Formats: sequence, C-alpha cells, structure tokens
Amino acid sequence: MLKVKNLEKIFYRGTPNENIAINKIDLTVNEGDFITIVGSNGAGKSTLLNSIAGVFPVENGTIILDNEDITKKSEYKCAQEIGRVFQNPLAGTSPEMTIEENLSLAISKSNNLSLKWGLSKHKREIMRKHLEKIDLGLEKRLTTKVKLLSGGQRQALTLLMATVANPRLLLLDEHTAALDPATAIKIKNLTAELVNENNITTLMITHNMEDAIKMGNRLIMMDDGQIIYDIKAEEKEELTIEKLLKMFEIKHGGKFNNDRMLLSV
Amino acid sequence: MNLSFAITSLEQGLAFGIMALGVFISFRILDFADLTVDGSLPLGAAVSARLLTMGMNPFLSLGAAIIAGGFAGAITGFLNTKLKIAPLLSGILTMTSLYSINLRVMGRPNIPLIGKDTIFSFIRDLGVPYPWNNLLLLIVIIVAVKLVLDAFLNTQIGFALRATGDNPQMIRSMGISTNSMKMLGLIISNALVALSGALVGQYQGFADVNMGVGTIVAGLASVIIGEVVIGERSIMIATMGVIIGSILYRFSISIALNLGLAASDLKLLTAILVIIFLSTPRIKKALR
Repeated sequence: MLKVKNLEKIFYRGTPNENIAINKIDLTVNEGDFITIVGSNGAGKSTLLNSIAGVFPVENGTIILDNEDITKKSEYKCAQEIGRVFQNPLAGTSPEMTIEENLSLAISKSNNLSLKWGLSKHKREIMRKHLEKIDLGLEKRLTTKVKLLSGGQRQALTLLMATVANPRLLLLDEHTAALDPATAIKIKNLTAELVNENNITTLMITHNMEDAIKMGNRLIMMDDGQIIYDIKAEEKEELTIEKLLKMFEIKHGGKFNNDRMLLSV
Repeated sequence: MNLSFAITSLEQGLAFGIMALGVFISFRILDFADLTVDGSLPLGAAVSARLLTMGMNPFLSLGAAIIAGGFAGAITGFLNTKLKIAPLLSGILTMTSLYSINLRVMGRPNIPLIGKDTIFSFIRDLGVPYPWNNLLLLIVIIVAVKLVLDAFLNTQIGFALRATGDNPQMIRSMGISTNSMKMLGLIISNALVALSGALVGQYQGFADVNMGVGTIVAGLASVIIGEVVIGERSIMIATMGVIIGSILYRFSISIALNLGLAASDLKLLTAILVIIFLSTPRIKKALR
C-alpha cells in the first residue's frame, strides 16, 4: 500500500554541511503492517517519516500511497490521508480550544471543511464514545481547554485525533519519549489498541528496543540513511535486544550510538 | 464630563469597536500582528465617502467598503503566504500602498460629507430622537456583526481558523492549509476594519487620508482592555470584551481630553497604555 522507491534526501546540498539524511531507500509497506523503526542518532528515521508526510521536498525517488504518487504533495494535503503523532505532546492539539473543539477538527478531517456548526449533539456522542475508550475520564470534560490537560492526556488525545478519521497510514515519531514511564506505557497500550481495532497501517519510530521488538509485526533498523535490516513476522518473534545489538554491530562495524536507546535497554 | 460627551464616547466606542473586532481576529485568533489596518480603516472611509458623493445608497456604500477592506487583507495575505514576506512587513507594505490608493479613491486628501445622505441622516429622518438615533443604529450594526462573527467562529471553518493561530502544526496535521486560513482571517479582519472606517467616516462627517494613523494601537488597546475587564473564557465572551474594551478606551480618551490633555498627546498616551497592559503579566511575574 505504501511504496517508497529510491528515496533520497540531502540537507544543505552543495554546502560544506551537506548531509545525506536518506540514502536511496526502498521500502514496501503492506496493508495492515505495523512497523517499528529503530536506529542510532542521525540514522534518518525522522527524515524518512517527514519525507513520507510531505514536510519537505525530496531530492530523488517516489513515494506511492495506495497507487497515488504523493512525492510532491504538500504536508497538509498528505495529512488528509496520513495521521501523525509527534514526540512533543503539545504539538498535536490546540491548547486554547476545548477538547470537543479539537476532536471536532479531527472528525471533520475526512470531509471538506464547511460552514456547518463545528459541534453537534451527534458529534458529541461520537466523541464521548471514542473518549471512553481511552479511559482517562476525558468524556466528562468535553468543554475543558486542552491547555489544562497533562502531557500524557494531551498525547492520548492527539493519538485519538490522528486515528479517529481512519487514516490510510499512521506515522508515530517517538510519541512516548517525552512522557513519564507509567504514562508512556498507557499510551503504548492505547496505540496498540487503536491500531489493531482499526487495522491502521503504521510506522513507529522508537528508541525503546523492547517496544520495537514487542510491538508490531515488522522491525526496520536504519543506519546512516539506509535500511540495514528489515525483520518480519516469525523472525521478529525470536528477536532479543542482545541479538538486535549484535546484528547492528556486524553491519555498522562499531557500537550502537543512541544514548537514550542504550539507557532504555 | 457631561451627558453629550458620554454619548459621543459611547458612539465612537461602538463605531471603532468593529475595527477592534477585526484586530481581535488578526492579533488574537490568527496571532498575526497585522498593520494593514492603519490603511484599511481610511480605505473603508474613502470608498464609502467617494460613493456617497456619487449618490450611492449609504448602506450599500458600507458593503463596498467591506469588499475593499477584504481585498486589502487579501493583499497582505498574499505577501505573507505566497511571497513569504514576514507578517509585520507584509502589513506595513500594504498599509503604505494604501495611502496612495486612498488618495486615488478620494481624488483629494479629504471628503466632507456635510449635507450628504448618510446612514445617520437616514435614521434621523425616520424621526428617531437624539440621542437614540446614532446609538441605536450603531448598536444594531455592532451586535449583528458580533453575532455573525461568533457564529462563524463556531463553524468547522471557524474552528480551523482559531486552531491556525494557536497551533499551526496541528492544523496541518489535520489536513488543512494554514495559508488558506491565514488568508481567510486577514480578509475578514480587514473587511471589518474597513466597515468600521466607513461608519466612522459617515459618523464624523468626513473621510480623511490621515484618519488611520494609530488604528492598530487603538485596536490593540481595546482588545487588551476587554481581556482584562471581561475575560476570554469563550469566543462569545471574548468578542463582547473587545466591544466593551473599545467603549472603555474611547471613554478614557474623552476623560483625558477633559482633564486638559492636548489632543496631540493622545497617540503617546495610547501607546503607553498598551505598553503597560502588554507588559503587566511579565512585571507581575518578575515581582513574584
């Protein structure tokens, strides 16, 4: 469903700071795949997700989503089909607006915006149902401004907003990294729940090796702008952190250097 | 301060209140410091006054002013979203161009409207007694504008507009173009400012090419006074606050003038007032 072909992204091209962030990547993602992405600092994980999401133009290659070439589509147009959650829990919601107003934008996402009322009885019912699922009591606080919520609550809301319109693709960029451990676990469980329930094709960057192995059906390891391992199904089931690190060292010819990742091992 | 003085302040507060609502949209909702308003206020007055001298219906001339103001906002939006010129500079460029355009529209620096049909002469001729004639008309207009604006800001597009100023990344993630939203917000904002200019022109009986100087600061003062006095819990309360803020602002100016302040010092006073209000949160924090 997602086909990335010969993708190349170079920052500061033609300057002494030139940096090949993505070096000719090919990747085919199948319908319903839940892929975790790991890699050392500067491996190009975020750049890959940002390229797919249309945040910046790429130097070379094509990105095809459900037979549609989205390589040159702008960020907001891509977002009509792609849900995203960022590391910063403040990035995905509008703080001065209420929970119901934020959710309303997410629910309207699949339709074109119009001069219809942003809120309605029917819409509120849908919202309550969704909010009950994430089990944070937010369904009773529809008119609370989002800025009054905790980081974890805001990230849960963002995750709900990213999935409620049933996107073709969900991109998660270390979306639990800025949360405290207990909240992070909650958000991870919620992620698995929402993704499975709606069978959303997902790419998730994580710095947590254990999560990378436990979650999803496929694991990709990136290094120096390339995909060095693509581990699927049964092979992934048998993976351990030690094995993964060893595999990395063989290909990379050196120790793994992601401080946060090693700390979380 | 006698009664007629109070009524004048109230009327001015209402007429300029629509401008303050426009500034509220750009400054608070879009988070876009838009200086176009210094040009679009006299633009509204100029278009309306010129059309009045040509014998147009005064109410229709308000509509023409709204459209002209919308165009001015669209130019600033184009400069910012398409040509990527910084918000402040985009507004200044449009404002500066509008000075020439306003002179072209009027054909001279000042158009007196004494003896011409205006919306205020219309209501007086209906036999509504002073002081209710002007007041009633202005209240009806501003309440209508406020209600339409409140309703709009609670539609799907209105939500998107509000979120654009609050968190542009979020609005892009929702598949909405922040550029379109900025454009829309600037058009609405400057359309309102031009409407206000047309009303002020008809109210004071002339349009003048220099009448826009300091509009943005007066608008900001109204918005901020409204936030301090009324608050901003919801959109309906916030827009109410802006109107009350505008009225209080005009009252404080009348009082200052009554106390013997020279009219030429008013702009300085307003600027200082805005500085004090804008810096209060920081000063409070520092003192804690």
